[in-house]
Amino acid sequence: MTDKKIRVLVAKPGLDGHDRGAKVVARALRDAGMEVIYTGLRQTPEMIAEAALQEDVDVVGLSILSGAHMALTPRVMELLKANGQTHVKVFIGGIIPDEDLIRLKELGVAGVFGPGASTEDIIRDVRTAVEA
Amino acid sequence: MNYSQSVLNGDRLSLARLLTQVENDSPESRAALIELFPHTGKAHLIGVTGAPGTGKSSLVNQLALHFRKIQNKRVAIIAVDPSSPFTGGAVLGDRVRMRDLSGDTGVFIRSMATRGSLGGLAQSTANMSQVFDAAGFDIVIIETVGAGQSEVDVARLAHTTLVVEAPGLGDDIQAIKAGILEVADILVINKSDRPGVENTEKALKSMLDLAHPTERVFQHHGQLMRTSAPKQDSPSAPMWIPPIVRTVATEGKGIAELAESIAGHVAHLTQSGDWAVRDRARLEVELDALIRETLVNRFRENVPQKQVDDALERIIQRELSPWEAVKSLMNGGYK
Repeated sequence: MTDKKIRVLVAKPGLDGHDRGAKVVARALRDAGMEVIYTGLRQTPEMIAEAALQEDVDVVGLSILSGAHMALTPRVMELLKANGQTHVKVFIGGIIPDEDLIRLKELGVAGVFGPGASTEDIIRDVRTAVEA
Repeated sequence: MNYSQSVLNGDRLSLARLLTQVENDSPESRAALIELFPHTGKAHLIGVTGAPGTGKSSLVNQLALHFRKIQNKRVAIIAVDPSSPFTGGAVLGDRVRMRDLSGDTGVFIRSMATRGSLGGLAQSTANMSQVFDAAGFDIVIIETVGAGQSEVDVARLAHTTLVVEAPGLGDDIQAIKAGILEVADILVINKSDRPGVENTEKALKSMLDLAHPTERVFQHHGQLMRTSAPKQDSPSAPMWIPPIVRTVATEGKGIAELAESIAGHVAHLTQSGDWAVRDRARLEVELDALIRETLVNRFRENVPQKQVDDALERIIQRELSPWEAVKSLMNGGYK
């Protein structure tokens, strides 16, 4: 019997087309031994929740550089819940103003990583959140 | 949690969770597979293989769209990508090309990593396809890793195997090498709007002609020559000659023709009795693999690792040969 692998969905919701960060994080999580499902650009919250369901992931990582995080994140969280995936931990990467951090935490977001966050921190936080 | 009943009832979350259990080969998954097995054997399993970058994912995307829109069939897709041999991690990126299928509950896409197995599939791909089969999906498309020339495992699993080629990927010597082309039921030349498509088609055709000789008339030094086709064993069941289909998956070109070829292959399989033959062969391989696995597990349960280690030491010292070691370990283990 193999160990349970951590499965992570890395998604880019909304309309910004900058996916370098998402790819770097996907690669880092891969090198940490996780299975990363990458969905590509311009995903709707519905597409992300559907992919998270089909892939039975433990973690959803949203990369948002458009400033629309307060519109997109709650929607993704709602849909995950509606699908019965309450155990899924949601992380956000991107440019998030400080005043939004608290609101995102209140929504149940497991962690937010801004510019300069190290991949070691991301890997550690993802692991801790899944094992919790 | 009873997975099998909720999967049979069409619950998508249970289906997704059971697939994870199957992938991890958990005891719960074994129990569920036993209960689901009587419901399997109905789906059409289509394998899609070919070198990296030939456009397998885009082709699967278009095929699935076609099966949904034109034939109204429920489609499951298992997309296999490689695991890193060093870290065990993987980036599974086939969904990027399948975004057109999002939002349709008649489609279920599942990405999986090879987790160390070779041959283009993962250990549990066959079991996952059985779960989809039992869950009532009419078509299960299995997309292999795009690793190269030896991905023939999928042909043992699938009823219909598509081998995807693209112009400019290799000369005609690639076409006469053994391996991947031999397992093709249908040859697809994707990206056929690219230059070199004629050469690719010619190379594939000549490969097929060697494998499946047919009557031909040609000119040789001005003389009209004729080669006759070899006699067939049974005239009632004609041989299947893999058709070559040109597609441009990103534009949806040639997809209807490809679907037609697939339907033709299904008709051939049912008329010739090959469907049953393939089903039997596949189940035989599965049974054989299960017997091996069970025997190895039983051996490990009965023979302490210490004995194996001691035997290995003696083998390294050349005091004992591996053959003698196995003999005495087996006997010792079953005392």
